[in-house]
Amino acid sequence: MTASAGSGTVAAAPSPSVAALTARFGPAIRRHEVSVGDTIVYVAPDRAHEVLAWLRDDPGQRFDYLTDVTAVEYRDRERPLEVVWQLRALGRGADLRVKVELDPGRPLEVDSVYDLWRGADWLEREVYDMFGVRFRGHPDLRRILMWETYREGHPLRKDFPLRGHFSRAEQTRQALAANPEAHYSIQELSIAAAYDELPGDMKERLSRGERGDVA
Amino acid sequence: MTEVSAVSPNWLTTRLDFLTNWARANSLWPMPFGTACCAIEFMATAASRFDLARFGMERMSFSPRQADVLICAGRLPFKLAPVIRKIWDQMPQPKWAISMGACASSGGIFDTYTMVQGIDTIIPVDVYVPGCPPRPEGLMYGIMLLQKKIKGESFRDADLRQEHLVGPDGLFLPAERIDEVSEPFGNSVQQTRSA
Repeated sequence: MTASAGSGTVAAAPSPSVAALTARFGPAIRRHEVSVGDTIVYVAPDRAHEVLAWLRDDPGQRFDYLTDVTAVEYRDRERPLEVVWQLRALGRGADLRVKVELDPGRPLEVDSVYDLWRGADWLEREVYDMFGVRFRGHPDLRRILMWETYREGHPLRKDFPLRGHFSRAEQTRQALAANPEAHYSIQELSIAAAYDELPGDMKERLSRGERGDVA
Repeated sequence: MTEVSAVSPNWLTTRLDFLTNWARANSLWPMPFGTACCAIEFMATAASRFDLARFGMERMSFSPRQADVLICAGRLPFKLAPVIRKIWDQMPQPKWAISMGACASSGGIFDTYTMVQGIDTIIPVDVYVPGCPPRPEGLMYGIMLLQKKIKGESFRDADLRQEHLVGPDGLFLPAERIDEVSEPFGNSVQQTRSA
C-alpha cells in the first residue's frame, strides 16, 4: 500500500512507476508531472499500447483495472488534444494516469486497449462519439451516446457549437426520420437463440449487414 | 297526444356531449412518459398523499393502446423524439397530451445540441405545466385544466379528433415554426451558432 493512494495529501514525489517506465521505455516516456497527488505520465502516441500492456502485465506494476478512458481538448488551440487512461492496481491500491498528445490538425488515431482491458469497449466508443478519436483495433467502434445516423460531428470538440451545426428544424427532421430499432449490430445479437426470435424484417436487415447509415 | 317537435335535436346533442365529456374527463388513463426529475413529482402525484385516483386516473397505462393522455414528464432528447412520436401515433383517439415541466415545454435550461426545444415540435400538446419541476399541485391543476377543456369539446367539431401526422417533409410543424419556437433566449442568446 503506497502512501499517495487516496490519502488526500499533496505528494510531491511521483509514483515509483515513472522511474520503472523511464528505465524500460526511455524516450517513449516524454515527461511526467504530479498534479494534486496524482502522477501523470505523457507517452509517445505510437507506443502507448505497448506501455499500457507493460503496465498491466509487469509483476511490479500490475495495473489490472482500467478506471476510465477519456479525452481532453483545451480552449487554447495551440495545445494538443489529449487521450487519457486512468489506471488502478487493485492489489496495491495505486493509481496512474497515462496521457498521449495528439495533433488536432491530423487524423486522431490511437491504438485500442480493448485487447488489454475489455472494459475499454464502451469507454473508447464514448471517446470516439464525443471527440472523434479513432481507436485502431477496436472491434465495434460506433457511436454510443448519440444515435448512429447523427451527422453533426463530435459534440465535445471545441469547434462544435453548443446548439449543434444544423437548424432546429433540420435536427427535428433527422430525429423523426431515425429508426430506433435499426441500431443493433450483428455482434450485439450474436446469441443464436435471440436471433431466431427476431421479427422477420429485422433478420432480413441484419443479414444484409444494415445498421443505419453511418456517416 | 303530445307532439314531439322536429326542431329540438339540439337538446339531445348537447346532453350527449355532456355525458361523453363527463365520462371521458373523469376516467383519463395516463400514459406516463417520464424521462427526468419531473417523473419523480409525477410519481408523487400518483401516490397516496396527492392521490391522482381522485380524478379517475389511478390506472397508469404503460401501453399506449389503452391510454388517453400522454404525460411527458421531463426533458426530451432528439434520440427519444421518434419514440414519443411513435407512442403518440399508437394511442387511439380521443387522446390528449400534457407537457409537464419547463424542459418538455421549451427545452428549459438545456438549449443544447441534444435537446428538443419543446415537445410541441414533435406532437400536439393540450396543456403545458410550468415549473422545474412542477409540484404535484401544479400537475393536478394542469390535469383539471385538461378536464375543463375536455368538458368543452363537442361532437360537431370534426377537426378535434383529426390525427396530426408527420408530413411528407418529415416534420410535424412547418420548419419555420420549429426554428421560431426554438430561438435561443436567456443566457443562450450569447451563444453563436458557429462558436
